[in-house]
Amino acid sequence: MMNAVIAANAVSLTFQTADGPVHALKDVDLTVGQGDFVSFIGPSGCGKTTFLRTIAALEMPTAGELMVNGMTPDEARKARAYGYVFQAPGLYPWRTIAGNISLPLEIMGFSKPDRAKRVDRVLELVDLEGFGGRFPWQLSGGMQQRASIARALAFDADILLMDEPFGALDEIVRDRLNEALLELWRKTGKTIGFVTHSIPEAVYLSTRIVVMSPRPGRITRVIDSTLPAERPLDIRDSPEFIRLAHEVREALREGHGDDA
Amino acid sequence: MKNAIPILTVLLALVVIWYLAAIGMNSAWVRDQAARAGTELTTTELVKQTLTLERPVLPAPHQVAAGLWDGVAGQKITSKRSLVWHGWVTLSATLTGFAIGSLAGILLAVGIVHSRTMDQSVMPWAVASQTVPILAIAPMVIVVFASAGITGLLPKAIIAAWLSFFPVLVGMVKGLRTPDAMQLDQMKSWSASGGQVFWRLRLPSSMPYLFASLKVGIAAALVGTIVGELPAGASAGLGARLLSGSYYGQTVQIWAALFAAAALAAVLVVAIGRIEGVTLRRMGLVR
Ligand SMILES: Nc1ncnc2c1ncn2[C@@H]1O[C@H](COP(=O)(O)OP(=O)(O)OP(=O)(O)O)[C@@H](O)[C@H]1O
Ligand SMILES: [Mg+2]
Repeated sequence: MMNAVIAANAVSLTFQTADGPVHALKDVDLTVGQGDFVSFIGPSGCGKTTFLRTIAALEMPTAGELMVNGMTPDEARKARAYGYVFQAPGLYPWRTIAGNISLPLEIMGFSKPDRAKRVDRVLELVDLEGFGGRFPWQLSGGMQQRASIARALAFDADILLMDEPFGALDEIVRDRLNEALLELWRKTGKTIGFVTHSIPEAVYLSTRIVVMSPRPGRITRVIDSTLPAERPLDIRDSPEFIRLAHEVREALREGHGDDA
Repeated sequence: MKNAIPILTVLLALVVIWYLAAIGMNSAWVRDQAARAGTELTTTELVKQTLTLERPVLPAPHQVAAGLWDGVAGQKITSKRSLVWHGWVTLSATLTGFAIGSLAGILLAVGIVHSRTMDQSVMPWAVASQTVPILAIAPMVIVVFASAGITGLLPKAIIAAWLSFFPVLVGMVKGLRTPDAMQLDQMKSWSASGGQVFWRLRLPSSMPYLFASLKVGIAAALVGTIVGELPAGASAGLGARLLSGSYYGQTVQIWAALFAAAALAAVLVVAIGRIEGVTLRRMGLVR
């Protein structure tokens, strides 16, 4: 594929634990292009988090080659190639929302006026204008997670890596945030890697759905979405959506094999 | 104030027990005196005398209160008989020692959290330092400093620091280690330096632990200072007041000094508690 943003070539990662080696990733091949929205789905322990962390240079592959923007993951991190959104918002209670979003900017050495401008811009992007002066505990869980997305966007990384960012939220809030995320992705054209446990969420959001299976963690199927870029929430009732969801479910079942 | 009732009940019970104990413990002496003088005592007289002795085995609460009042308000505060003056001598050494001790505790904790070598080498010594009985060390410290011509505040402050650095060290090590793996990964994802992680994450996260250990530390510093005032020769401070009281059998003076020390400790701990409350609320760490 042209201008690959993430290129994994036979990436393996084995954790050495007290109970022997754990093959969290085995021979993972994947190419993600500029502007793709890629979801990773699979049963617990199949290595979704590990793969995302490897891309972010938070883990080192034990074999294979992984390139991010043509660099090693470590170089890419230093070049601010990605913003990472964890499952919990992880906002600092002693900083305001604006202060929290500004935190990575301070660390990266952006000037004060530049920081203020960027904070305003990303607050607007995640629909939190006017909340910059609030403290995290004054915001709902969904708003806090939006603030944490804003924080990951603030320094203009091309890639957004998200590990079950909405996993702890209720369905209605989750729907709204999914819509907002799609909107944001269309506006910014970022490449997004998104880990989820939910088939509808994966189908609704993604241009490509990567189905993984455990022991050893590997990719069993990559499904390209046939849904249009414009996706209102009720697209989830369309036959095309239902067909894709079914395909993902089948792929998950195959991956599970005998121990399903 | 609903919660004042249980506290007052307990206080009342303590005072009653104290009076009974005073009567019991002083009665032997009173009976002795009466027998020697060949007089018969009625129970009322016996009780009355046990509570008004000059040098009782156990002074009654009102005697201690009178002694405290006299020491605090009945003397010029520059007088050697003033508890305010002795209290100030003790307080200044306590605060100096506490400042030295907590600073040392914090610095050592920072080192321990950032260096494996320090973690393994400093901790055992810190623990060992606290197992040495302070009563044995204190006179030596005083004597060593005195032979170098240093007396007064500094040697006592060193003993206070000795006792107060440990709780601060332990609390800060725990506090600086509270950030979880996710928070540290987050910092790593921004390629933050060790210093940035420290100032922006570890230090603010450690504040609740810092304050908790400062409260223990300041009480320990006060104990250290008083112990430092006990060795012979000291003439100033609540510790010296305790000791001279026991030389001359002035039990009222001992108890008054004890209560003054307890009140000082309470004031110091409450003061840190106030600062803690304001700081943590501002930081959004308590609500
Ligand atoms: N630091 C580690 N040390 C040892 N084993 C690990 C470590 N991190 C992950 N593993 C193991 O690697 C495997 C993959 O874990 P990973 O967290 O990537 O799964 P996941 O797909 O994200 O699961 P979930 O859906 O539950 O989040 C699991 O068997 C896990 O126990
Ligand atoms: Mg995971």
